[in-house]
Amino acid sequence: MKYLGITLERPKIGVFDFTGCEGCQLQIANKEETLTDLFGLVEVVNFREISTERRNDYEVAFVEGSITTDNEVARLKKIRIQAKILVAMGACACLGGVNNLRSRFPLADVVKEVYGGHPVDTGPVRKVTEVVPVDIELPGCPISKPEFEWLVRHLVLGIEPQFPKYPVCVECKQRLNSCVLDMGMMCLGPITRAGCNAVCPRNRFGCWGCRGPSDEANFKSLMEILSERGFSEEHIAERINFFNAFSGLSQ
Amino acid sequence: MNVKIGRPINIEIDHLSRVEGHGDIRIRIENGKLVECTWKVVETPRFFEVMFKGLSIEMAPLLAARICGICSISHALASARAIERALKIEIPEPAQKVRLLAKHAETLQSHTLHLFFLVAPDFLDVDSVIPLIQTHPQVVETAARIKGFANRASDLFAGRTTHPMVIKVGGSTQVPRKRQLRELVKDLDATIPYLWEALDLFKTFRMPDFARETEFVSLRGTEEYPFIGGNLVSSDGICKKEDEYRAMTNEYIVDFSTSKFSRLSRESFAVGALARFNNNYDLLHPKAKETAEELNLKLGEHNPFFYNLAQLVECFHVMYESKEIILRLIDSDVSEFASHYRVKGCEGVGAIEAPRGILYHYYQIGEDGKIEKSDCVIPTSQNHINIYYDLHKLVEELIGQGKGEEKIRNLSQMLVRAYDPCISCSVH
Repeated sequence: MKYLGITLERPKIGVFDFTGCEGCQLQIANKEETLTDLFGLVEVVNFREISTERRNDYEVAFVEGSITTDNEVARLKKIRIQAKILVAMGACACLGGVNNLRSRFPLADVVKEVYGGHPVDTGPVRKVTEVVPVDIELPGCPISKPEFEWLVRHLVLGIEPQFPKYPVCVECKQRLNSCVLDMGMMCLGPITRAGCNAVCPRNRFGCWGCRGPSDEANFKSLMEILSERGFSEEHIAERINFFNAFSGLSQ
Repeated sequence: MNVKIGRPINIEIDHLSRVEGHGDIRIRIENGKLVECTWKVVETPRFFEVMFKGLSIEMAPLLAARICGICSISHALASARAIERALKIEIPEPAQKVRLLAKHAETLQSHTLHLFFLVAPDFLDVDSVIPLIQTHPQVVETAARIKGFANRASDLFAGRTTHPMVIKVGGSTQVPRKRQLRELVKDLDATIPYLWEALDLFKTFRMPDFARETEFVSLRGTEEYPFIGGNLVSSDGICKKEDEYRAMTNEYIVDFSTSKFSRLSRESFAVGALARFNNNYDLLHPKAKETAEELNLKLGEHNPFFYNLAQLVECFHVMYESKEIILRLIDSDVSEFASHYRVKGCEGVGAIEAPRGILYHYYQIGEDGKIEKSDCVIPTSQNHINIYYDLHKLVEELIGQGKGEEKIRNLSQMLVRAYDPCISCSVH
């Protein structure tokens, strides 16, 4: 297939889930208006949530969820060997996400609290990069369907995707939203990578930083502003740690 | 095809496809006798009850949503409701309407995804919805139209389709503008014909002939078909208040599953669309009753494959009821949509009819407004054991009818799928 003189590959893709809510892969099946076009651009060979067909000749693997068991480590390593491009998809895969909230407690206590003395297969929460090399990180909790489609177009055209370097505030201003920080709510928009079209502030809800830090995020400055506006250190820390998105900056 | 006595059948399905999450089916038949038949839940646990510990209550609905990518709106609602009931917070009327509309949008989203993407391929004899784009474009179009509307309604009332941010403790972050509501009514009117097309399609699908009597458990509406809060009832005559959820969801642990199991009056019970339908038929919208009649779905149905049809009936219910609620919302004063509250030490329970059945969140809150203890009881964990017994009976019957491996393999998978299990959610 050729488009504007460029040969389009029709890459074979696989979608794989690990420890998570499967909300990211649901976004791929969502927005049915463009689904037919999407399935025209890529060949889906392995996507358990929506198809019985399971082939292992995929070139691009989309991986959702954190890695928490030895079985998952082994499965992920196999996927890495097969895939030419491995995309970590969503906050759990890219950052550890909310799964990390349990890492505040010793693993043995965690298991005991939920299952009593019953043995379960589990381990520490790891993001995908802690287990195998990742080529592309598609952020968000959940991922945004338009951004997923944007990424697929890049893969099909063989162009390296450039994610926004600027923070959510830029998109928020472009949408002419009222500033939720000025309305008295806590918001991490000033330090969080854009690409979500400021969906939370748009709905009168401060950003929680699910997409991780923007380039050159001025973390210190935002902390000063939040504290000037009367948010307690504990309250700020709770927000910052929710998706485990700023662990590199907050230390 | 007849099974020759002595030829063993060994069915091992790892990570059953077209369901949410990870479950395995194991069936072993030797000398014409069933020796093993298991529905194994192999999902990795995430330990949400631990994650909630020490969090401020305002964060609970956000974290709760992350339990499930499909029914995130139900989890956020159950979480907010549990906290509001604990702190005795009254929700302003407009926020109540917005929440019910968000709930309806989720039900429509979830049921459509199940019926068209997960179930229809079985009846049209394909692996997935993808080949249908070529062979049955009108089916894909119908699915896309209904789901598209459900997504737009979720965006408007919950903020987005997955992981809502509009539902907050005390009410909602906003109420849609009247102009947006009027546009959505137009959108809804344009979508209704596709729902009738879906009905025509599902009328052509013959549900497998199978039944096993079970106990149906659901919330019971007082004046409306139940979605948010209320008493729990069972078809065996049990009735309990919202706070007495533990009596109804007797969880226990088994070896072959990371999901806990539940029982009530007998060895298993069933929750979800068919349970709601059987326990609340009188409260269905007239158009939904009309649909049930067309589908030959009758009160007291015990065939689990009819879960599919009960879901379609509910799609009609939520669609027609949404229109009535939106019109009332347009005519009402919506200036108040969130209540202020003060934190104190307390505990509370919130019940929701999630797309797949009754869902409970419980929190114990400290004086400082932090969560000390939580409990989430998930609909699919309650269905697992019912699925297990159904699978046994189904396979025994198929052996008795002399059916071969392929038929047993297909029908077993279709049976589990009919329940629309949400496995990651059930393990959480």
